[in-house]
Amino acid sequence: MNASFDVVVVGGGPGGIAAAMIAAEAGRRVCLLDDNERPGGQIWRGFKAGTAAKYPHGRSFVDWAARLGASGCEVWARWQVVDAPAANCLRVERDGATSDLRYERLILATGARERFLPFPGWTLPGVMGVGGVQALVKGGLDAAGKRVVLAGSGPLLLAVGAALKGAGARLLGVYEQAPLQQLMGFGATLLRHPGKLAEGARYRLKTIGTPYRTGCWVVRAEGHDRVERVTLTNGRKQWSVDCDWLGCGFHLVPNLELSRLLGCRILGGFVEADEFQESSVKGVACVGELTGVGGLEKALVEGEIAGWAAAGREREAVALGSARRRMQRFAAGLERAFALRAELRGLATPETFVCRCEDVSHAELAGFTSWREAKLHTRCGMGACQGRVCGTATEFLFGWETTGMRPPVFPASVATVAASVDEVEMVR
Amino acid sequence: MSGSCWITVNGKRLLVADGMSVAAAVMSAGGACRVSVSGEIRGPLCGMGICMECRATVNGVAHRRTCLLTCADGMDVVTG
Repeated sequence: MNASFDVVVVGGGPGGIAAAMIAAEAGRRVCLLDDNERPGGQIWRGFKAGTAAKYPHGRSFVDWAARLGASGCEVWARWQVVDAPAANCLRVERDGATSDLRYERLILATGARERFLPFPGWTLPGVMGVGGVQALVKGGLDAAGKRVVLAGSGPLLLAVGAALKGAGARLLGVYEQAPLQQLMGFGATLLRHPGKLAEGARYRLKTIGTPYRTGCWVVRAEGHDRVERVTLTNGRKQWSVDCDWLGCGFHLVPNLELSRLLGCRILGGFVEADEFQESSVKGVACVGELTGVGGLEKALVEGEIAGWAAAGREREAVALGSARRRMQRFAAGLERAFALRAELRGLATPETFVCRCEDVSHAELAGFTSWREAKLHTRCGMGACQGRVCGTATEFLFGWETTGMRPPVFPASVATVAASVDEVEMVR
Repeated sequence: MSGSCWITVNGKRLLVADGMSVAAAVMSAGGACRVSVSGEIRGPLCGMGICMECRATVNGVAHRRTCLLTCADGMDVVTG
């Protein structure tokens, strides 16, 4: 099932939806590709048209989903990009079927993941990401009565805390590693984004009765075959809390694998993009978290810009420039506010696994000077997640740069990887 | 029964709500997903198809990321 489109959009979150929809409305043949069963991304995960409006951001989902449906854009759900075997061509896979997708213009909207950092006990079942808990609860996991501690960093902490309380969880505490003073600067940024300020205030109201402490972080998690207790610190004293789930994630990092594979220039951890969202690679645009973690509104406006640009409608794209710059300032404010404290580098003990796929401990990594060297000698980052978890961690822990990306971008069947561009029809 | 379906997790029948992710179902059943290369029991971490910790065998296919799959009637899930 090889196919050819004017525009291919990878990633069905808000940025990808906006880009695909605008380009399709403007008359282009568009394919929106996503590895989930339905588009929506993490923020709109599991939303349905009938019930979405009662959730935060639900209204915007209803509007955009309806427009996407009417736009004529083809949605390819559950497809995963594994390679870029030729110019203007992506190889994609679903349930063992392979397809090569040709495009004139490519828009990457691959979103962000949580940054996970190793601490003793972080591999215990029941220790999840902050967004991880949220995603699983959206996926039907019953939170009622569960004793939950949320820790780490970023605006997700309060948003997820509010959602978990709404789902009946016993939220025992929300612990943000950033010191209050660092967050106050962000407060000033928020004053220029009244919508965001109101959103934060709503989340805090919903979590009233739960301590929200700044300048606190996880020291370790303990339990037999699952987490039973978590120990926290404020840098002066330590205390422990019994819990069923620990959600712990340290803000977000962009999913750069495909951008890297295609050769897009990356600066300071994000893809460099011009005013039309075009990367250093001609015809490849990047939107949303890829160019700076800024959330829903940033993704939407950048997606719209990329969609207009892909349709050759530059005037419409330029008209959104000031909204784009505003959201980029917001993203920069987030980055500063939730910058990580140095103490977090010292949480892992020598025995703590840094690489969860290959069970490579912190001690085994000591002495290496680069990501590549560590990979070659220890298998760190060589497992199924391909360094998505431990590579991001080692960037912070050791200052390593996780450069270089080779196909397959995600684990794929041998037939998919081995096929030449002409053979793809036959290996299906 | 409408609004729900039956799946099997490690041979045990489980009634789950429609639309539930397989990872959520495995956690609800009290189980973990996989055993690590050094023998640790692991459960879902990221919930969004990145970390690969929730891999399990679904309908005979190994290494499926259960957080990306929705439960369907008759689905057979085998963990670690």
